[in-house]
Amino acid sequence: MIMKSESIGAAAKKYMMIIILVGVVIFFSILTKGKILYAQNINNLISQNGYVFVLAAGMLLCILTGGNIDLAVGSVVCFTGAIGGVMMSKGSSAGIAVLVMLLVGLAIGCFQGFWIAFISVPPFIATLAGMYAFRGLSNVVLQGFAVGINNQTFLNLFGGGADCYVPDFLSTGGKLNMFCLLVGLVLALIFALSTTLGWKSRQKKGLAGASTAEKLTLVILVALMVWITYELASYKGIPTVLIWIALVLFVYNYITQNTAIGRYFYAVGGNEKATRLSGVNTKMVYFVAYANMGFLAGLAGILTVARASSAQPTYGQGYEMDAIASCFIGGASAYGGVGKISGVIIGAVLMGVINQGMSIVGWSANYQKAVKGVVLLLAVLIDVVSKKEKA
Amino acid sequence: MGKILLEMKNITKTFPGVKALDNVNLQVEEGEIHALVGENGAGKSTLMNVLSGIYPYGSYEGDIVYDGEVCKFGNIKDSEGKGIVIIHQELALVPEMSIGENMYLGNERGFKAKIDWNTTYMEADKYLKMVGLTESSKVLVKEIGTGKQQLVEIAKALAKKAKLLILDEPTSSLNEEDSKALLDLMLGFKKQGMTMIIITHKLNEVAYVSDKITVIRDGSTIETIDCHGPEKISEDRIIKGMVGREITNRFPRREGVEIGEINMEVSNWTVHHPLYPERIVVNDVSLNVRKGEVVGIYGLMGAGRTELAMSIFGQSYGILTGGILKIDGKEVHLKKSPTDAIKHKIAYVTEDRKGNGLILSQSIKVNTSLANLNSISTATVIDKDKEYAVAMEYKNKLNTKTPSVEQLVGNLSGGNQQKVLLAKWMFAEPDILILDEPTRGIDVGAKYEIYCIINDLAKAGKSVIMISSELPEVLAMSDRIYIMNASRIVGEMKASEATQENIMAMILKSGRGA
Repeated sequence: MIMKSESIGAAAKKYMMIIILVGVVIFFSILTKGKILYAQNINNLISQNGYVFVLAAGMLLCILTGGNIDLAVGSVVCFTGAIGGVMMSKGSSAGIAVLVMLLVGLAIGCFQGFWIAFISVPPFIATLAGMYAFRGLSNVVLQGFAVGINNQTFLNLFGGGADCYVPDFLSTGGKLNMFCLLVGLVLALIFALSTTLGWKSRQKKGLAGASTAEKLTLVILVALMVWITYELASYKGIPTVLIWIALVLFVYNYITQNTAIGRYFYAVGGNEKATRLSGVNTKMVYFVAYANMGFLAGLAGILTVARASSAQPTYGQGYEMDAIASCFIGGASAYGGVGKISGVIIGAVLMGVINQGMSIVGWSANYQKAVKGVVLLLAVLIDVVSKKEKA
Repeated sequence: MGKILLEMKNITKTFPGVKALDNVNLQVEEGEIHALVGENGAGKSTLMNVLSGIYPYGSYEGDIVYDGEVCKFGNIKDSEGKGIVIIHQELALVPEMSIGENMYLGNERGFKAKIDWNTTYMEADKYLKMVGLTESSKVLVKEIGTGKQQLVEIAKALAKKAKLLILDEPTSSLNEEDSKALLDLMLGFKKQGMTMIIITHKLNEVAYVSDKITVIRDGSTIETIDCHGPEKISEDRIIKGMVGREITNRFPRREGVEIGEINMEVSNWTVHHPLYPERIVVNDVSLNVRKGEVVGIYGLMGAGRTELAMSIFGQSYGILTGGILKIDGKEVHLKKSPTDAIKHKIAYVTEDRKGNGLILSQSIKVNTSLANLNSISTATVIDKDKEYAVAMEYKNKLNTKTPSVEQLVGNLSGGNQQKVLLAKWMFAEPDILILDEPTRGIDVGAKYEIYCIINDLAKAGKSVIMISSELPEVLAMSDRIYIMNASRIVGEMKASEATQENIMAMILKSGRGA
């Protein structure tokens, strides 16, 4: 009894955020006379927002378990960054510093996860406590001062300084970064091939084939990949931070969509009791969500101090809110159980574009925050209203 | 023929893509109890939502004539202003507030800025007395039982000066004693001139209280039966109207099943309440179930049946203080987790599908595979094609009515949700299935299909424990019956020897009777 027009309406709802994102990009392209689409600005969009993608991927898992958030990530970013900064300023190697930062992040995540999962401290409170504590401890570690980072290996690897790009191994002396071009095109090809092969195997097993919307999305995504590749190649090549972002997004998309533990995040958020009675260790699911969040906060800490070439006690403030907002704009449910990495990417890009666009136009940071707030409210509003219509 | 108080004429209500109500007509006389029956999804609740203004005027076609005038309700306040009050199936009380606060919630006595608590509690007490409650209205709602909460709902409706009271499945969460009291209360109100509409699945209740019965099927009125007419009203007569055909046998026969060895045995099982450890919830219970056997546990709500089942299922409930569990003759000590129970091939199919059973926001596919994801994954990576195939297999096997297994479970009817829940546990490949009220709140047709599934399970050599508070169901489906009352097993008999009378007698004899 489902009518054709309805399925189009449903598709429009499903891709609502993409449509809005495109609209916002067009809006700022006009406002900035196309400046926002300059290669350098695309590059900056990625570099400046690296931490958002990484934190939002972790935050999504927390939110999936029932709308739970982690307020401490901003402070943990600062704390791990501070530890790494101090270590490197005392002559530690980049490798050891990175390892310690990740482990400290993980340990903090486990600590918070323990209270939340096994002692049933409400996540809001447990992480609010962490937010205060680790902000304070960052100050202690840095003794209130900024610590400069001049470990060149570290900066190059994690997106800081002038040389944080993958070098052009295939340079022809021309303007374009050939290696970047090659990698981008190969990845686009692999993506297109694996997706179509997936459709084929689906059909072979007698399941539904690809819908028009799916085909259209693939074409758009591949075109987008090729275009970004070209833009980056015509600037300085692949920023190293993009590798980390891509790796995190790929891995977490895979985990949420294809693995049992990924499935359990959704199940716990959908109905915890039913999940427990199905033989799933639900406490462990909460624990993993927060432990993992700590780990990714460690990685975000690395990216943050590398980008700034220094560690300061004020770093990371408000990062938790950027991550949370990206998830909700990206369609995650505030009640848990619903949300995808692909949505989070859209949410983070949308926030990034708005930030960048307003900076280029020259609006003050205060207005930028106000606009961010409005966007968040509108995004959730659209989500709520479209769900109501369905009922 | 008395005065027509309410007439709903040619009501048609369309949701995007679905016609929920199609030219429905309903006439209710003043001072009668009018029953509205029909299968799940037939449109009973939609019709009542139209009447009470939840679906406002303009969102449906047709007319509501109440007390001689055409009504155009924009919201619930409008209809309540006219004295039409609906009591929903799910209780709408705030547990942390007192009875009096609940009764006047949104309808406060005194002024908006200053509530007159004296009047509130005095009036509340008055209405509580009318429904036969002796509690003070200052008692918190969470401190009284479900039966009494239902009565508070009715008192709340009376406080709104109801002239037409609509009760949507008022007894679905009550035990037999409380149900009877509620129905008698309704008959009492009728004598005082109140008009009532009752929606219910329990046909014996319909026969007991109603003056007229309107049957709705697939969004249309099929017929209105006058209970005081020449034709005698039997349950079969009503069922025929509901499903559109005569169901000759409500319970499918199970034939040629060989009952084997004892598969699971529980002895001296004692469980205490998780929050009040001094309270014994399951007291020294012993029972066993054989391969290929369906064992019924009959007991009223609150007898400790669910608690017994859940405590066997990996101590999911309460504190186990004593007892031995043997599976296949060997004593096992399950860890305090359902995971361990599933490993020992036990499945517990909950009575509370929405609360404890299903993830409504997820698809049929995801729900089906949840309890046994390992079997379709390698190194925790799920094989999605296999998962889809499994979901399809069970959809076909259980005849779940859905366009696709990607459908969200929350969009299914109760009967189909129950099938998904069964599919989940069948896929977990248990040897012992504990089914807790497997047919609660689902319609006659779906019940029959669930019974067939139970028979198939027994044929496949599984041991089935079926907990139920519906006596006819227990009598027809079980090979052997345990009777549970006040946290003890008070009797055991072969189904062939059991009758409604001797089961009830056993409960009464056990002291604290029903």
